[in-house]
Amino acid sequence: MEFDALILSRLQFAFVIAFHIMFPAFTIGLAAFLAVCEGLWLWTKRDVFKRLYLHWIKIFALAFAMGVVSGVVMSYQFGTNWSVFSDKAGSVIGPLLGYEVLTAFFLEATFLGVMLFGWKRVGNKLHFTATCAVAIGTTISAFWILSANSWMQTPAGFATDPETGNFYATNFWDVVFNPSFPSRYVHMMLAAFITTAAVILAAGAWQVIRRHDSEPTKWQIRMAAGTLAVLMPLQIWAGHWSGEVAHEHQPAKIAAVEGWWETRDVQPTILFALPDEENERNIAEIAIPGTSPYLFPGEKGDLKGLKAFAKEDRPPVAIVFWSFRFMVGAGLVMLALGIWGCVLWWRKRIDKAGLFHWLAVPSGALGFVAVITGWIVAEVGRQPYTVYGYLRTEDSLAPVSTGQVATSLLIFMIVYAIVFTAGSVYMARIATRGFEDDAPEPPEREHRAPGWSLGAVDEPAETGPRGREPAE
Amino acid sequence: MDLDLPLIWSGLIATAVMLYVLLDGMDLGVGILTGLAKDNDERNLMTATIEPVWDGNETWLILGGGGLFAAFPLAYAIMMPAFYLPVLLMLAALIFRGVAFEFRHKAVRRPTKLFWNGAFFGGSLTAALAQGLILGGFIQGVTVEGRSFAGGMFDWLTPFSLLVAVSVAIGYVLLGACWLVLKTEGEVQRRARRRALLALAGVALCFAAVSLATLSIDPRVTERWGFSMSSIEPAKFLPLLPIPLAGLILTVLTWRDLAWDVDAPDWRPYLFSAGIFLSGYLGLAVSLFPNIVPFEIDIWEAAARDNALVLMLVGAGIMLPIILIYTGYVYSLFWGKVDPDEAYHD
Repeated sequence: MEFDALILSRLQFAFVIAFHIMFPAFTIGLAAFLAVCEGLWLWTKRDVFKRLYLHWIKIFALAFAMGVVSGVVMSYQFGTNWSVFSDKAGSVIGPLLGYEVLTAFFLEATFLGVMLFGWKRVGNKLHFTATCAVAIGTTISAFWILSANSWMQTPAGFATDPETGNFYATNFWDVVFNPSFPSRYVHMMLAAFITTAAVILAAGAWQVIRRHDSEPTKWQIRMAAGTLAVLMPLQIWAGHWSGEVAHEHQPAKIAAVEGWWETRDVQPTILFALPDEENERNIAEIAIPGTSPYLFPGEKGDLKGLKAFAKEDRPPVAIVFWSFRFMVGAGLVMLALGIWGCVLWWRKRIDKAGLFHWLAVPSGALGFVAVITGWIVAEVGRQPYTVYGYLRTEDSLAPVSTGQVATSLLIFMIVYAIVFTAGSVYMARIATRGFEDDAPEPPEREHRAPGWSLGAVDEPAETGPRGREPAE
Repeated sequence: MDLDLPLIWSGLIATAVMLYVLLDGMDLGVGILTGLAKDNDERNLMTATIEPVWDGNETWLILGGGGLFAAFPLAYAIMMPAFYLPVLLMLAALIFRGVAFEFRHKAVRRPTKLFWNGAFFGGSLTAALAQGLILGGFIQGVTVEGRSFAGGMFDWLTPFSLLVAVSVAIGYVLLGACWLVLKTEGEVQRRARRRALLALAGVALCFAAVSLATLSIDPRVTERWGFSMSSIEPAKFLPLLPIPLAGLILTVLTWRDLAWDVDAPDWRPYLFSAGIFLSGYLGLAVSLFPNIVPFEIDIWEAAARDNALVLMLVGAGIMLPIILIYTGYVYSLFWGKVDPDEAYHD
């Protein structure tokens, strides 16, 4: 493979978006969790919810900052590396991204300040409103970005200008609510909640193992396991829905996901295979035959295999095929953990360290694994197009040189490696240490001034297990 | 009635960029000034003045970039590749600056603390310089062929763009220092006042130099202001004269407040220096209008389809007032001096 500006730009986009998506996925779920905790605190007046809130808001502040800075990068990638795409599709998806900024980014960014720094400057209700504004902002943001991305998967409501070759909208309603948008939005929102639940469960399990557990730990484990047990089945349904839509509009993607080469009216479910794109076959295939009528019950005619598409119109098969299996595998493990946790809860054994807790800790990463592999299926599966069926990736590239893109990719890799490492360490430090170290109450003062931060209450010093700087 | 949608949108995007410059420019200025902080307490106090608002301030940059993509996709498609490296530099710098807000409080070891404090200062400075390089490259013009950028990858790097870069950085320092005058008291405020004065002197010099250099950058700009080799056309020059004049008067007023009038309300230097920026910005707008890619593409050529512009105008018409209201509310919520005891403690 030759490393030209095209492949490097694709690698760069894949890298910066994969890095970015982890933080929105986590903060969408965490914002909702914080809103629930604060709401429960205001409603029940139970201290435990406030402690949960004050604990997780510190992690939220870190994750949100990383999401913001990596998101700014995204809003310039389209122009710097995919300028032809920007020129051609700008009149169609530009407004969706504009609406995202106007309806979501300002809301999130502005009320985050109140959420983190305004605890005592505003009343409880108003603070709760700020938390909800941030949570709703993240949801609206996901709405627009999923809509724009789904339009690229299943473009609708547009026509092509014969003079410039640019796309323009004929019906913006159809653009926004394009065929794959509803299913993909539901799928992504559930993924965000599940990712966060897996992290919260892992942190709680670690606290139990290390005997740093307290009342909030018990609540967080139960809430997280319950969320997984309820949402994972829904997510399997949403994923299937999304797959059916893709099957209708992007059959080549589904053929790659399933590893089908031949077109047949009944297809197998392939569990394991090494797709051999050169010779158009699978090596070492393990499959359950005859399952397609159950998975795609609406499908009456033939199920297309990859050979039905010209070679240059097929997505890369192996990466799509395997990413899909990693995503499903991660989801099934999280489903099992959720159910297992609920059984332990019912049998009153969830607060005692055991195999469940040891497995739950590494599984905290599974939500991120599923999100990233799922997006690889969606985006690599869309290849070789940026606007599916209408604009090929190779025709979308900006006039940039290989040297420029190599430089930028290298810089992004270094910068993100530093930022990601530091951020993960700081978040893990807070998440794992339990709740005893938290100040039970933000320090009371007569006159609140700016600068006092919830996000920074009393970090433990490195010396001593519970070491803490004396209160100022 | 037919609305001139590209005209309206160029005004809206110019306003977004102006708000970014005034608000996040001030954040970046404070960031640069943390490099001069006496100790960590002072540094914490300085960052505490902007911590609750920086994120919202930076969002104006996303509106500027996103709005350009949405309203003028052709301009976005030409300029982003043209400024590939300075944009990359700006983004990398903003990443470090943004996470350093949080990370500098979470680091426990001395080397990592130093690293994130350095990242906050260095990120702010680099972002300011990179934005200046982009602005300078923009003013001096971009080579275009057909619908895409056709210049070299270092076209933006000229003595002129370096001058603009330094001017922008010094201008941000002025805004940041005036903001610190507003938000702090005592020794920190006195130091901020002194630095604001120094920055003001730099701004006066740099802005004058950039203005003169801009006049000579393209004959169309010279002509717009009514200048020619031998004479000045009063009919063109006089109506525009209030813009540089306002800048000059505001510079003097800022100087007076900072140097002599210690009883001046603390918000006034910030307001006046924002006015200096505004006059410079207007001067640029007059020089370059109606080009959106100087001196090749105008706003009507680059505009998105009318239906896209209408749809966004409806959204902006509803959302921008709401955004301004709640942004104002959050600023008023954090109004007042920062109490050193209530700043971050690590």
